[in-house]
Amino acid sequence: MNQTAGGAPDRAILARANRAAGDLARFSGRAFRAMEIDTRFLGMIAALLIIWIGFDLLSGGRFLTARNLWNLSVQSASVAILATGMVLVIVTRNIDLSVGSLHGFLAMVMGVVQARYLPEILGFGHPAIWFVTLMAGVLLGAVVGGLQGFLIAYLSIPAFIVTLGGLLVWRGAAWWVTSGQTVSPLDSRFILMGGGPRGAIGDVATWVLAALACLALLLLQAAARRRKRRFGFPTRPVWAEALMAALGCGAVLGAAAVANAYYWPAGTVRQWAAANDVIIPAGGLQISHGIAVPVLIALAAGVVMTFVARRTRFGRYVYAIGGNPEAAELAGVNTRWVTMKIFMIMGVLCALAGAVASARLQSATNSQGTLDELLTIAAAVIGGTSLAGGAGTIAGAMLGALLMQSLSSGMILLGLDAPLQNVVVGLVLVAAVWLDTLYKRRAG
Amino acid sequence: MNAHVEDRTPLVEMEEISISFGGVHAVERASVNLYPGEVVALLGHNGAGKSTLIKILSGAYRRDSGVIRIRGEEARIENPRDAKSYGIETIYQTLALADNVDAAANLYLGRELLTRWRTLDDAAMEARAREVMGRLNPRFQRFKDPVKTLSGGQRQSVAIARAILFNARILIMDEPTAALGPQETAQVGELIQHLKSEGVGVFLISHDIHDVFHLADRVTVMKNGQVVGTGRVEDLTKDEVLGMIILGKCPPGATPGPGAA
Ligand SMILES: Nc1ncnc2c1ncn2[C@@H]1O[C@H](COP(=O)(O)OP(=O)(O)O)[C@@H](O)[C@H]1O
Ligand SMILES: [Mg+2]
Repeated sequence: MNQTAGGAPDRAILARANRAAGDLARFSGRAFRAMEIDTRFLGMIAALLIIWIGFDLLSGGRFLTARNLWNLSVQSASVAILATGMVLVIVTRNIDLSVGSLHGFLAMVMGVVQARYLPEILGFGHPAIWFVTLMAGVLLGAVVGGLQGFLIAYLSIPAFIVTLGGLLVWRGAAWWVTSGQTVSPLDSRFILMGGGPRGAIGDVATWVLAALACLALLLLQAAARRRKRRFGFPTRPVWAEALMAALGCGAVLGAAAVANAYYWPAGTVRQWAAANDVIIPAGGLQISHGIAVPVLIALAAGVVMTFVARRTRFGRYVYAIGGNPEAAELAGVNTRWVTMKIFMIMGVLCALAGAVASARLQSATNSQGTLDELLTIAAAVIGGTSLAGGAGTIAGAMLGALLMQSLSSGMILLGLDAPLQNVVVGLVLVAAVWLDTLYKRRAG
Repeated sequence: MNAHVEDRTPLVEMEEISISFGGVHAVERASVNLYPGEVVALLGHNGAGKSTLIKILSGAYRRDSGVIRIRGEEARIENPRDAKSYGIETIYQTLALADNVDAAANLYLGRELLTRWRTLDDAAMEARAREVMGRLNPRFQRFKDPVKTLSGGQRQSVAIARAILFNARILIMDEPTAALGPQETAQVGELIQHLKSEGVGVFLISHDIHDVFHLADRVTVMKNGQVVGTGRVEDLTKDEVLGMIILGKCPPGATPGPGAA
């Protein structure tokens, strides 16, 4: 529209730039297709990087520090754990509004179990307390989730209603556990699940774990390639395989390096040195945090849930039900039982999230997890889970949780007011879903 | 050709089957049977109750009353899994495909092949899918795409492949060629002939009366949820069958049912 005298050469340059951009897009499109990477997932990673770099520039380099990224990972853990299950719920065209309340309730129950009952039975500070507590929470979570799932699947009450009821019921129940009193302190081993200097695995274990993860990635990739060969299916070009392996391992090793670059605070080091009769050298002692335990729990949940979603019959049924519930039923899938199991899994994940969140705060309060159901749903949806059902990935949802936590943390770092933070997160959610509909319309 | 067939026990006997939705008697006291190696065509206008009747056999609906016998023994068919356990496979009019997953996942939905680690064996399923689809629709190559991106004919091929993948003894085809081109339709005709020769019984619902006369041994005509009559194809003319469909008039060559005018 810009009709200036120099229009013609401008247009030529523009046309050339356009062509170049087109070529680049076509080339990268081909490259991504060759690697069989979901372009949507790449888009999310790009968005995350833009947010990170943006906040880093705005905050004068305070965002992309090992310390901030480490904290970000810990703060994202509990919603990320919940989001792995919410994907399956939403894929089957259901919703779970009760996860925030349920995780608060389970945290309260676990708090009372570890702080009041188990010390009496097992003895104070018994090393099994954390585990028995966690198992009790997981079991109760499965029962409560199963109950909600039963009402939804077998009595055909809409999930929205059942879990809206659950939101109120479990929040009230969380109060009843102690008549509103906060439970504190928690078991000394249990709180390791929340992170902190002690709740991280240190540099050696982090490198070992990262190396094992890289090895696993390579082995999985090789196994997939071998299977394809065996059945005579086309395989990716070798350069694509190599590039994918390099990217995957690079991401893993990079994350490990960041976690190891965050050192214990001097005070913690002094305490630790005093307790262990270590003499701190003149230059100070640098002890790496390494990956935090809650992050490991979230990653484990992500790996297990991805495996369940992609490699098991149950997972196949979840997606088929989301695509066409009637077809799944006619194919002989026991759709009710599958639905009930999804809500049981969601209950178990609520217990894990409740443990992680209360361990991080080193206390259980009856308001814990308030509004987490909305953050979880938003994480899943930002991560590409379709509310119409049938589509969504666990990894995307976890990335969505990280993205939302990045926004919150970044805005806190910039000193934005809390109400404004909510406004921004809300707008981002709506914008993300809008972009996704545009993308889907173009992708067909 | 059918004389010796009728001496044997019928593969399927559906007797006095009724079902209503709300106040609508979708199927009323309908009886049909099917012998091994036989093709029985179900004819009738839209809304006559054909799909509903076969959905009772395939376990999609539960009948209000009536008896189903398979090989002479009373069968308990309460859901699709029960029906499959009797060797009943169905190509639904709506195809009943999960649109968001690929052809192989649809073919094996509910009966996935597993590796020895009890995980999905997608490669093996895809290999078998390629084999079966190759016979029905040799040009089909889009095994990685969700079936919602396929053409109507390709989707129909997937639904047909699924029904023949598990060695059905009783095959129900509800308008299987509606979305197919002439070449694929001919292929389905050959498929039906082949299944017949292997002793499979086929219920075929079709609007193409030419097809029906070409493929079926007997026809059963329905109107307003009731059976007008059943007869052998060689005992009936096309006009007589049209009369059954439109007027509900049962000609002398056919055995009248409760719905005969
Ligand atoms: N699930 C259902 N709920 C209510 N009415 C139904 C249902 N299925 C079929 N019907 C009714 O039953 C009658 C028979 O339908 P259908 O069996 O689909 O006929 P056809 O396959 O012969 O065209 C129609 O009047 C239809 O509206
Ligand atoms: Mg019909």
